[in-house]
Amino acid sequence: MRNLFNYIAKYHFFFLFVFLQVISIMLVIQNHHYHRSLFINSSNFLAGNLYDMRNNVVQYFALKSINEQLAQENQALMEKFPESFMKTDQQIFEFRDTLHQKQFRYINAKIINNSVRNRNNYLTINKGSMHGVQPDMGVITTEGVIGIVQNVSRNFSTVMSFLHSETQISAKIKKNNHLGTITWQGYDYQKATMLYIPPHLELARGDTIITSGFSHIFPEGIPIGTIDEFEVKRGDYFFTIEVDLFIDFNQIEYVNIVKNVFRDELTELEQSQ
Amino acid sequence: MEFTALKYFGRFIVIIFIQIMILNHIYFGGYITPYIYPLFILMMPFSIKGWVLLVVAFFSGLTMDMFSNTPGMHSSATVLIAFLRPAVINFISTKKEFETSTEPSFSVMGKTGVFFYVLILIFVHHFSMFLLETFRLDEIGAVFMRSLFSTIASVVVIMLAFLFSGRTKKVRI
Repeated sequence: MRNLFNYIAKYHFFFLFVFLQVISIMLVIQNHHYHRSLFINSSNFLAGNLYDMRNNVVQYFALKSINEQLAQENQALMEKFPESFMKTDQQIFEFRDTLHQKQFRYINAKIINNSVRNRNNYLTINKGSMHGVQPDMGVITTEGVIGIVQNVSRNFSTVMSFLHSETQISAKIKKNNHLGTITWQGYDYQKATMLYIPPHLELARGDTIITSGFSHIFPEGIPIGTIDEFEVKRGDYFFTIEVDLFIDFNQIEYVNIVKNVFRDELTELEQSQ
Repeated sequence: MEFTALKYFGRFIVIIFIQIMILNHIYFGGYITPYIYPLFILMMPFSIKGWVLLVVAFFSGLTMDMFSNTPGMHSSATVLIAFLRPAVINFISTKKEFETSTEPSFSVMGKTGVFFYVLILIFVHHFSMFLLETFRLDEIGAVFMRSLFSTIASVVVIMLAFLFSGRTKKVRI
């Protein structure tokens, strides 16, 4: 036993190195599992506030583009006013009443930290558990899917970006409703890849891809992008489709967090089978 | 002794602050981010105890991880270079023993000495870090290229830091 201690003391440098490496690698592996990291993420107090501080300075440089974005959104909203529809002899019809069967609620949030160039990207947003954000909620804008909430603190949340090696989003082709999965292969933040579309379908460049809504995280019909290229790779049973994303991840400032009111009920039902 | 501890702590805060607030948001040519925070480990005095260096490296890496949402990635790479540092110093400077209190600098190791010291350790750091980030072997070619280019960016910035830190010392004397 004494020899063992002597041995360890003699090579303590090496053993400490191995020990610290093991801890680090374990953290990495734990991080690759979906629910993760006790406190080493940027939704904690120190990191969140520091990023908030930086954002307060940096956002002034983006005011012009934000104004343009707001103006565009205002315009889009104006177009939806009843006044902007021409009145005919009938009343205005509502073909889908969302008041009584509202399934999704939205929480507005501002991005205070963002990255697009890593293989695994994350965002930090300025809403937390205090505002009703919970892990696993979807994050979207009107232009597309942003990511999924991962860690939540009182005032901040971290979001696993769509630009992540583990992204798998259930999506469909708008014109024929065929289901596939969207993944991100890295490098280009304006491109994604759609898999599992059978090769007998007729596709065309420019076909729109939207979310399927089957994951209960995102509502149905959120636009994702358009088809750029498609081919059946040798030895494959499915199309590999290159998708041009609508959204410019490098420019987003404001997002909406999606709360699915029936989510618990749905997952419980599906798991009980 | 307490003063030196304070000095290193101050240096740590400054380096991490620059890294998080400025450099992490720079992408040369799309993908190349310079990482200068390993400079903190590279600039530790020669006499520092091995285990102190490892522990310091672990916690500085963990601080970076906290800010970039990558638990374990930075800490693993930083601990690795802290482990390799004594061997690399020996490898580069076979000629003479350094005075124990000094830190690596141009005046002690020479310009080429510092350059290769930085180059080797930074490349090892970047390569292991990007490998852990990707976490799969089929993208290893891309990881290699990415760490190569990031190493160039980081080494340029770190050599500048060495240049300026050398200058201020001369002014003090």
